[in-house]
Amino acid sequence: MAEPVATLALEPVAERAGVARLMTRNRSVLFGGAILALVVLVAALAPVLGTTDPAQVEPVLRNKRPGAVTGTRNADGTQTERTHWMGTDSLGRDVYSRVLYGARVSLIVGISVALISTAVGLVIGVMAGYVRWLDGIVMRIMDGLMSIPAILLAIGLVSLSRAGLRTVIIAIVIPEVPRVVRLVRSVVLSIREEPYVEAATALGARTPMLLVRHVLPNTLAPLIVQGTFICASAILVEAILSFLGVGIPPETPTWGNIMAEGRALFRIFPHNILFPGLFLALTVLGVNILGDGLRDSLDPRLRSRL
Amino acid sequence: MLPYIGRRLLATVPVMAVVAVVVFMLLRLTTGDPAAIIAGDNATSQDVEAIRTKLGLDRPIVQQFVIWIGNILRGDLGESFFFKKQVSELIAERVEPTLALAICTLLLAVSVAVPLGVLAAWRRGTWIDRGVMGLSVLGFSVPVFVIGYLLIYLVAIQLAWLPVQGYQRLADGVGGFLERLVLPSLTLAIIYVALIARITRASVLEVLNADHVRTARAKGLGDAAVLVRHVLRNAAVPIVTVIGLGVALLIGGVVVTESVYAIPGLGRLTVDAVLARDYPTVQGVILLFSVVYVLINLVVDLSYTFLDPRIRY
Repeated sequence: MAEPVATLALEPVAERAGVARLMTRNRSVLFGGAILALVVLVAALAPVLGTTDPAQVEPVLRNKRPGAVTGTRNADGTQTERTHWMGTDSLGRDVYSRVLYGARVSLIVGISVALISTAVGLVIGVMAGYVRWLDGIVMRIMDGLMSIPAILLAIGLVSLSRAGLRTVIIAIVIPEVPRVVRLVRSVVLSIREEPYVEAATALGARTPMLLVRHVLPNTLAPLIVQGTFICASAILVEAILSFLGVGIPPETPTWGNIMAEGRALFRIFPHNILFPGLFLALTVLGVNILGDGLRDSLDPRLRSRL
Repeated sequence: MLPYIGRRLLATVPVMAVVAVVVFMLLRLTTGDPAAIIAGDNATSQDVEAIRTKLGLDRPIVQQFVIWIGNILRGDLGESFFFKKQVSELIAERVEPTLALAICTLLLAVSVAVPLGVLAAWRRGTWIDRGVMGLSVLGFSVPVFVIGYLLIYLVAIQLAWLPVQGYQRLADGVGGFLERLVLPSLTLAIIYVALIARITRASVLEVLNADHVRTARAKGLGDAAVLVRHVLRNAAVPIVTVIGLGVALLIGGVVVTESVYAIPGLGRLTVDAVLARDYPTVQGVILLFSVVYVLINLVVDLSYTFLDPRIRY
């Protein structure tokens, strides 16, 4: 009789190890994760990667092509030579430095939007799925919010108050929340019908206990996947808002701002748009590939739902 | 069928109501006094007061909403602060470029994406499949404006095949009209193609394994006939659904694409209005786009019964 008890006790541990192994064995997770890790590293190490102050305006050095070497005379008469790997913009700011520092804004926006919208969506979704009379009202509001195209809603929301990081994050979070709410609600609705939840209820488990022990763990996998996709889309939307001139103030180096600045002289100096665009595309691609991999390895059933 | 249409129409009422409330709240949620923002920096307090009374901002908020919604229903979207014109007039002037761009993009995207998705599913696991899926992830990740500038740089500047930017009205000649729509439509179509191709592949894959497809093959039907008559028809519902849902992406993309290509459409109007804090115009455009989006998806829902006769309501 000792044997079955031992296997029972071991099972959860083995299962968890399996998930971790599945995740790391999935090529998409590794590849996307590697790209993302690289961008995070670049953002964190920006000050020591040969950058200068990204906001420093040097009119003498404006509109240099990528790879241009410039020399500036120091106070003691010596020359300092600098290579502008990605050229300079029309105010003489070093594009390489701006692109590297711009990674910070994109990552901050992507990660905070993902965390906030999944957290808010989780709370509302659980309430909608569990409190019958709330369900109808909440879901109609969510349907209404979802029928305003996300970028338009974000543009409308940023116009409400002074442009800044916080406004932009909130403006991107609001259109994302309904998508999370729908997902969480559908998980909650299917879990509450499960026999083991019924059994727990019959045994006298209270609602908070049920939520923590049975409902929340089941929302984790889909939320991680959804959160990854939200992160990718938030990075894109932030860049779009900045590019259109309604996002983060232009002096802050963000990929969208660098591109917006480069628009006027695009025909002659395309590097101002191409380099930040490349970084932006690579980052979003990494996050999307990571999301695809996570979806496939965490829960194959999600394929149809997301 | 008819009761279904009726019920489905009724279901859009609460959705539209929520949209209306959200759009209405946009102006009222501004930090600070909307009347002062509208009046601008050089306004006297009398000016601000006059604007407040004119817009009815001094009345209770529910009353304001009722007046506002009443005006909207009569087609009166208010007057633009910035353009000094009726918003409805402004929208009417700008609708042609946006409509042309959207229709072109839609046709282009569907005619490229559906065959690609079918091909990927048909050749599942081969390099064709991996290539299509890889391109689709790429299409999701490269921002619309980066694609736009890349295309402008390569096709319009380096190769000089097409005009760089701008728009020409259909009335001023079909050639110039189409010539200036090619690059913007291509730009806008990419993310849409990525979306549709992905769903088409998934949907076709599911049907390919169905018994009736095996039967069709067993009775000696050629590949093309099997794909079109037995597979694609049965895979149509998810594909049409995603085309409808993708209109949201299309609308978002229009705003960006029109800015990149200097097209004087509704998307450009939205951005200009936001920059000028011209709230009636922002509200009008967002409302219009949302109504269009909801209506398109209503049509999509109704089309299910034609696409799949098994669906009965």
